[in-house]
Amino acid sequence: MLGILLVCALFALFGLLLGYSAIHFRVEGDPLVEKIDAVLPQTQCGQCGFPGCRPYAEAIAKGEADINRCPPGGEDGVKALAELLGVEAKPLDDAVGGEKPKALAVIDEQKCIGCTLCIQACPVDAILGSAKHMHTVIASECTGCELCVPVCPVDCIAMERVAETLASWKWPQPRSVLP
Amino acid sequence: MLSRFWEFHGGVRLNRHKELSSEQPLAVAPIPKQLIYPLQQRGGLNSKALVAVGDQVLKGQIIAGDDHPLSVPTHAASSGVVTALEYRPVPHPSGLDGLCLVIDTDGLDRAVRTKSVKDFNHSKPDTLRRRIREAGVVGLGGAAFPTATKMNTGNRTIDLLVLNGAECEPYITCDDCLLRTTPDSVLQGAAILMRILGVERCIIAVEEDMPEAAQALEKAKLGGRPPSPPAPSPRFALPDGEGSKGVADATTYSNIEILKVPSKYPTGGEKQLIQVLTGREVPVRGIPADVGVVCQNVGTAAAVYAAVVEGAPLTSRIVTVTGPGVARPQNVVARIGTPIAELVAYCGGYTERAQRLIMGGPMMGLALPSDELPTIKSTNCILVADSDAVGGEKQALPCIRCGACSEACPVNLIPQQLYWHSRSDQLKKAQAYNLFDCIECGCCDYVCPSHIPLVQYFRAAKGRILDKQREQQKADHARLRFEARQARKEREKREKEEAARRKKEALAKAATDESPGRPPPSP
Amino acid sequence: MRFSTAASPHVNPTNSVSHIMQQVLLALIPGALAMLWFFGAGVLINLLLAVCTALAAEAMALSLRGRPLKPYITDYSAVLTAALLALSVPALTPWWMTVTGVLFAILIAKHLYGGLGYNPFNPAMVGYVVLLISFPKHMTAWLPPSGLSDLHLGLSDTWNIIFHAQYPAGVAADAVAMATPLDTLKTQLGMGKTVGEIWTDQRFGALAGRGWQWAALGYLAGGVWMARRQVIDWRIPVSFLSSLFAVALLFFLVDPTRYVYPTLHLFGGASMLGAFFIATDPVTAATTPRGRLVYGGLIGLLVYVIRTFGGYPDGVAFSVLLMNVAAPMINFYTRPRTYGHRP
Repeated sequence: MLGILLVCALFALFGLLLGYSAIHFRVEGDPLVEKIDAVLPQTQCGQCGFPGCRPYAEAIAKGEADINRCPPGGEDGVKALAELLGVEAKPLDDAVGGEKPKALAVIDEQKCIGCTLCIQACPVDAILGSAKHMHTVIASECTGCELCVPVCPVDCIAMERVAETLASWKWPQPRSVLP
Repeated sequence: MLSRFWEFHGGVRLNRHKELSSEQPLAVAPIPKQLIYPLQQRGGLNSKALVAVGDQVLKGQIIAGDDHPLSVPTHAASSGVVTALEYRPVPHPSGLDGLCLVIDTDGLDRAVRTKSVKDFNHSKPDTLRRRIREAGVVGLGGAAFPTATKMNTGNRTIDLLVLNGAECEPYITCDDCLLRTTPDSVLQGAAILMRILGVERCIIAVEEDMPEAAQALEKAKLGGRPPSPPAPSPRFALPDGEGSKGVADATTYSNIEILKVPSKYPTGGEKQLIQVLTGREVPVRGIPADVGVVCQNVGTAAAVYAAVVEGAPLTSRIVTVTGPGVARPQNVVARIGTPIAELVAYCGGYTERAQRLIMGGPMMGLALPSDELPTIKSTNCILVADSDAVGGEKQALPCIRCGACSEACPVNLIPQQLYWHSRSDQLKKAQAYNLFDCIECGCCDYVCPSHIPLVQYFRAAKGRILDKQREQQKADHARLRFEARQARKEREKREKEEAARRKKEALAKAATDESPGRPPPSP
Repeated sequence: MRFSTAASPHVNPTNSVSHIMQQVLLALIPGALAMLWFFGAGVLINLLLAVCTALAAEAMALSLRGRPLKPYITDYSAVLTAALLALSVPALTPWWMTVTGVLFAILIAKHLYGGLGYNPFNPAMVGYVVLLISFPKHMTAWLPPSGLSDLHLGLSDTWNIIFHAQYPAGVAADAVAMATPLDTLKTQLGMGKTVGEIWTDQRFGALAGRGWQWAALGYLAGGVWMARRQVIDWRIPVSFLSSLFAVALLFFLVDPTRYVYPTLHLFGGASMLGAFFIATDPVTAATTPRGRLVYGGLIGLLVYVIRTFGGYPDGVAFSVLLMNVAAPMINFYTRPRTYGHRP
């Protein structure tokens, strides 16, 4: 009899504890989404089929999207996501396109008619200009998402590959050792 | 003698090959036809060219510079005409081109007039530092860190100046040569540096197998002349004349100690030398000044002396041109910017054994693809190595975990663990094993029985980590901008709706008021 | 002029895997000669048989795995594994047992785990333990060391015993099978005898078993030579032997009638071979300096425990294999302090 009472008392105690912690230690928002979002490259390009990196992160967290749908993140990004979520890494989904070398948008200023469409398309406000005036891309802010390319009515935006410079160069991995 | 020193972990003993160049007298290379100046500075950015193509320049004239704390001005090493400002191959492991200024010399060697401070004992440290910076002096030991910046130690208490004359890399003898020929300039430089730092004590460290250098220093310290006959100064004939003029009296030198340290590679590494001399360890991510020490190369000290007392900017230095691939190995005074080909030609050209061109020593030097590249301020040695250095195609076997690399590592890392992690791209683990403490000295490569290019793996891993960090920063920045834009759009939308609603209300009100003459309220 | 480039350092390395393995093989010679002297031609036959089998197995495994033959065959690691195994088994071990042991060591213990550098367990000891567990009778039957019996087996006799299990006329199979000193000690202690009584047996010499002690001295000489030349790290043998000696001395002082002289532990059984040649196998041992001290010390301790309280007369192979498992953990907890980092 005492045993039963004791167990009941313990249950009640733990229940109270759980209830208390549920209220007082509640985590605001979904930390997983934040973590996934931190891994994504933030190009906001929408190639994954979601309107931006965060919506994609939310979809991954809910299990609605696979981890291999981010071409700018590349294989490394998939690997990082796999590590974060504790799942197997896999090759990029062919449907979203392959990994491309890093590129920045460049506006041909001779051709630009100042329509501001690209400015509206740019997710990170990296294009400067106003109506009827020539536009230009702030190279340091451009994420290379290519969203401005299709909207240009005169096709004056091109993606230019980022050339390797003395500052960005890094040592290559040596030829592999015999396994 | 030995008991006076501390020891650093690991290190290796190497065949030194120093006699190749050290037995020949110091020579002065002639004015090259062309001088090439890469504009990239230590901070990674190009300094601004201050002359234009077609300009006449004089020797000692500043041709490039900017205000970044990690850059110093570049001076023309001879008079001539600027013929190009273009991208050319530069001494860099990437083999990529960098922006260079090219001067075609006129052979007249006309120089700008320079000011000099005869009595530095009454100059303010700040004045001296500024003069050192204006003269373009950087660390001549190989790292080319701006000397004036290094001498600015903030509010740290410094109690010791170390002058590094321990050339631990094989083949290189330029510091040895400098100490034997003009020990006074080094001692005077030491006195200036001590004044700037306000320290009472200075140690000039040479290796134990450089007895002549130590002797020359001791003699100069006692006020005597160097033992060898008057040799050409490491600088060219300067308008102000040359040679020390007894600026600092001999009593100043009593605080300068000359010590012979064991010849073990890499004793000449800054942190290793400090450990050997003082037993102090520079904390991780710290600088030697954090433990009260400032370390400068002996060549730098001589350059400081020239800059301050003679007003001569850094336009030349001693370069060891050596190796089995050079006909007449020797030390030469070379103008900075001289193409390597001209230096080698001056030393008798290549022998048929020439197989690899290395700037610096064999352990940490940079293999160059072509001898059209110029010498730069940090070029202490041009080593033309033969097949002994190139070797056959090394067949790397798997790591057998023998631990020889850990035994040899001067910073006490576990290179074999770093190797596993670097190779399999486990960069976080590699960092946990202190990857970034690796000084890339090459000791582990040298002792590895499996011939694994360990240092190369570490460099590649470091590069990838830095790259990832840059990308992460960029991504975080893009996220902020994206979120700001989202917020702005949201606000605009809300404002628009608000305006529309108000307009509608106003219209409705106007309709009910039945007073058509009233203007609608502005949104 | 154009030059080829490469990353620094631009020096040829001074050491190589095959050079290390060759030196270890050289260092085995004094001990192997002593074994040959006391246990006859069987030792040599075993050695040759094991080496040939190992090379064949290595070549087969490499070609099956699509790896280049030359760099791995010439690294001498397979030869060393074979030699260590051959010196650990009795001189008259039937050929099929030696072959089985070596095949197991090379194919399963080494190549199944990825070959040179990747095997977590010492291949020679895996092969040995497989034989010991599978054929305990054969593995404990040692030929009496020369000088202890009148038996003289020629090369052809030995050949016939190993390859055809044919014993020369007048020699029974029992006559060529003698318990090792450690085995004798264990059995007779079990029968209630004291150490002093057991030691009067002719098998025991000044330090340990007759004949055996000379082999141990041979291995010791080779091992010291290797340690001086820095082929092996001194830490493992020193900590191994010191901890074995210390614990043996402790028990001996507590009760000298039940616990044997520490010298038997040092110079008997496979202690010397194990300390200098087996525990020092770099691939499977701990790698940090402090870790190696711990690793060797624990092996020494385990050897004593197994010999004195366990079911087997000797325990070097088991101890080494057990500590192989612990090596990564030892490494992790004994990382040296990097320059500039706080302890």
